[in-house]
Amino acid sequence: MKPAPFVRHVPKTLDDALRILAEVAPQDGRVLAGGQSLVPIMAFRLAKPAHLVDINEVAGLDRIASDGKILSIQACVRHAAFHKSVVDNPLGRLLGVVARHIAHYPIRMRGTFCGSLAHADPASEWCLVAATLDATLVARSTRGERLIAAKDFFAGIMSTTLAEDELLSEVQLPLLPNDAKFGFNEFSRRAGDFAMAASLVTYRLQAGNIVDVRVGVGGAESSPRRIAQAEAALKGKIPDDNAFRAAAEAAAKAIDPLEDHQTNADYRRDLVRAVVRRALEQSQK
Amino acid sequence: MSGHGTRGSGTTWVGRAIRRLEDPALITGQGRFTADLAADHWVRFVRSPVAAGKLTKISGPKGATLITAADLKGVKKITPMLRKFNYKPVGQPVLAESKVCFTGEPVAAVVASSQQDAEDIAEQVELSIEETKPLTDARAALEVNAPQVHPEAPGNVILEGKVKTQQFDVAWAGAEKIVKIEARSRRQNATPMESRAGHASYDASSGRVTLTCTTQMPHLTRTAICDVLGFPESDLRVIAPDVGGGFGQKMSLASEYVVLVWLARKFKSSVAWTEDRRENLIAGFHSRDQYITLEGAFDKNAGLTALKADIISNVGAYSCFPTTCGVEPLMAMAELPGPYDVQQYQCLSRGVMTNTCTMAPYRGVSRPVITFTLERLMDKAARAFAIDPVDIRRRNLIERFPYKSAMGLEYDDATYKETLEMAVKAVDVPAFRKRQKEARAKGRHLGIGFATFSERTGYGSPAFAARGMEITPGWETVIVSVDPSGFVEARIGSSPHGQGLRTTLAQIIADEIGVAPDIIKVVHGDTDRAPYGWGTFASRSLVISGGATLIAARKVRAKLIKIASHLLEAAPDDIVLDEGVAKVTGTDRSIPIARLAREAYTQTHRFKGEIEPGLTETGYYDPPGTFSNACHVAIVDVDVETGHVRVEKFLVAEDAGRIINPMIADGQVHGGIAQGIGNALLEEIIYDENGGIITATLADYLPPTAHEIPPIELHHIETPSPNSITKAKGLGEGGTIGAPAAVINAINDALSPFGVEIDEMPATPQRIRAALRNVEKVA
Repeated sequence: MKPAPFVRHVPKTLDDALRILAEVAPQDGRVLAGGQSLVPIMAFRLAKPAHLVDINEVAGLDRIASDGKILSIQACVRHAAFHKSVVDNPLGRLLGVVARHIAHYPIRMRGTFCGSLAHADPASEWCLVAATLDATLVARSTRGERLIAAKDFFAGIMSTTLAEDELLSEVQLPLLPNDAKFGFNEFSRRAGDFAMAASLVTYRLQAGNIVDVRVGVGGAESSPRRIAQAEAALKGKIPDDNAFRAAAEAAAKAIDPLEDHQTNADYRRDLVRAVVRRALEQSQK
Repeated sequence: MSGHGTRGSGTTWVGRAIRRLEDPALITGQGRFTADLAADHWVRFVRSPVAAGKLTKISGPKGATLITAADLKGVKKITPMLRKFNYKPVGQPVLAESKVCFTGEPVAAVVASSQQDAEDIAEQVELSIEETKPLTDARAALEVNAPQVHPEAPGNVILEGKVKTQQFDVAWAGAEKIVKIEARSRRQNATPMESRAGHASYDASSGRVTLTCTTQMPHLTRTAICDVLGFPESDLRVIAPDVGGGFGQKMSLASEYVVLVWLARKFKSSVAWTEDRRENLIAGFHSRDQYITLEGAFDKNAGLTALKADIISNVGAYSCFPTTCGVEPLMAMAELPGPYDVQQYQCLSRGVMTNTCTMAPYRGVSRPVITFTLERLMDKAARAFAIDPVDIRRRNLIERFPYKSAMGLEYDDATYKETLEMAVKAVDVPAFRKRQKEARAKGRHLGIGFATFSERTGYGSPAFAARGMEITPGWETVIVSVDPSGFVEARIGSSPHGQGLRTTLAQIIADEIGVAPDIIKVVHGDTDRAPYGWGTFASRSLVISGGATLIAARKVRAKLIKIASHLLEAAPDDIVLDEGVAKVTGTDRSIPIARLAREAYTQTHRFKGEIEPGLTETGYYDPPGTFSNACHVAIVDVDVETGHVRVEKFLVAEDAGRIINPMIADGQVHGGIAQGIGNALLEEIIYDENGGIITATLADYLPPTAHEIPPIELHHIETPSPNSITKAKGLGEGGTIGAPAAVINAINDALSPFGVEIDEMPATPQRIRAALRNVEKVA
């Protein structure tokens, strides 16, 4: 259970990293950040990249910054950076709640936000955050810079629209309104396991009614996404059990469930129903 | 009476929770494991990617050292043997010959100068296999037109046990109610922290090979390998160094070890293999894959009068050595009636071959499954009679001892009822029922589950002989020596790997010869140093090795007293051994025990031929076997929307006879319960329809973590066993045996308002939801 042979490149600047990536990408080169997903699949030889462009020593990629509208997260920011609120905004608290659901502590110390997005595991919490909040992803290559909307980024199970020579160098999350409410819930068999379903919701109340609602579901389909039917079920409603149940039911119905040997479509829908309602309930606490 | 000593004075060590003598090395990183050894050559096994087929060609890259069955001329097949139960001997080639029989079966060995190279080369080996349709399910394998896994076992039945007591039909006909369960236990892997590993090294000067490996039975490994390869046992030394858990998986012969010894002899060098987790999960032995249909006949007072069982055990592609695949079906048949007073019994138990990984013992062997089945039956019967689950157990548990079971087993003194009552009181059932009711009103579904069981431990040779095993384990030998400097060494045939035997045996010796345990060294796991023995498995070592230790230590004690009596010129009866000195009672005359030992070697002329030189004594012990017992109680919280089960609390009231070291005993129970909870809720090896394993990583095969294990509350009763000279019973497997039944009974209690029942282990959230969804659709 050891990887196939590969060459590791350790650039010190982003330009060098992009130059090397452009060179090795056609020869099955991959970017290595935290390695918490890539290295295990290499150990199983499910991935056999001939080259790894290790960006851990590139200066300046560990920054988190906010300009009052956008929170930008650079490529080497670890999951653990979000254990404490990174910005004085409901978004900071939201990221803190979500981060604690990502795997286990040692993995959070090493794995990166951008790496999770580039890996695009359907069960990834950060992918759900990016999809629900309509993040903007910054892809860089020697050819220049490209901004990709989250909804255009995920292209199925462990698949994205990044070109092979592009590095996901930054993710931009919009800050939430100060009165935003949010809730997150996920289901896994054991603490720290991959989510079998997860939901993130945000909204505001205007005269007691739900507005600006976002309902995201992850782990249940090949990519996380906002569920319009669930959002419609909440829009303009007062946040009560009836509205939450209706939204959960709508989400369960709307998804195209992933199925495997242990999880059939019915069960996946059961989980979606539960996590959406619980995320909504969480938003009231 | 406290402690174990009968001398009426002095220090006693037995019964004390002293810290484990083996731990300082292990917790400071000084443990020595097989994979720590350097080797000249590394081996990677090429394994069958398919479950069944004709193997027509194996080709490796140019220049690769590739060993296949064709190279192993004269090497015999591993052919375990039973002389009863219509057993069909099926030989297992150490590397696949003309056919492959399960996914993961070793087909070839790549030998290279590093582990990395071996793995890279192995990836390039090409196998030509004409695939045939595999059988993975035992019921499917029993169908009339099913393919044959091996022609030697027609109908895929490798053994068949049958029993019917004389008055069975009468009892059955007279039943007030017949209650039935169709229980299913899914396949599991023992998942020791350390996977298997072996290192074989050839010594040119002696011509001997030393095999260091992760085994629970070094001597039997030596015997088996020498039988298969055909050379004398004197030319093979087997060492079990520190072993990171076994749970039965490491008590069966790995064919990989045979190949390693063959390679070491061929290359006159050292070769090593370290199994990776994927190999362990697909090919490191499996267990517990059973169907049991059980029916109970009850009289009008809910008294159990007869049991009828049909046991189907999926034993996989081969029969494990040395126990044979009879270990699951025959233990299930022999011990199914459990702790209940039921004298009429009918059972058909079959071992069925399939294209799956070979079954081997796993902590508890069949008993987690039969206990789960029987305890579910008792709960169903309680419901049928509209009485409390505790009450039906009260009415049926054995009360008088010794008790002879329907299968003729003798149960020694035990406390089935007392442990039940102790647990019921400790858990406060009325308070729980109140809480349960309140929680249900708020949509939370709590449940309580009980499991009462007996655990047969410390089997001697007669118990194994009843199975007709060609290799009949049972006895143990211990050699206790005091060296001329006063240090004590016990060389034992058992092979502990986490059980704390270095500590508990030292406690037994310490009480006999009056020295502190920390100057006593227990030596094991080396066929050059330890006497021939069977190893550590089946909750046997403390009973059997402990008994042999006591016998040897008593002989040493007698000799020390004799020497002291000479040197102190006092009557033997007046001499007391305590705290490192021999004293004459009522006087101030004494002599250090170390001094007695020195004289035993260096001043033998003073004993005028009345005492033999030296201070080494041997003890043998072969007990009839003894039954521990316990009542387990689980409280669970079932999330009916997701099917998730949280075990809120676990409580055990148990009786394992005299407890030598309470801390170690508690640790055994804790670990067993953790595995039992894993078996109950999480762990399942799943084959797909092509015979491939889809749970080949620890992201898919889910042992419990610390998060999933609740606080465990333990209560003890100590009923000294008349069948064990230390009065101790075994308890290594009890945690695993009782926990699945208690947890799944608790789930069923929680779900009782919905009218659904879960009779399958593991009770996964998917299965719980599927059952609930069925009734939701109707509603």
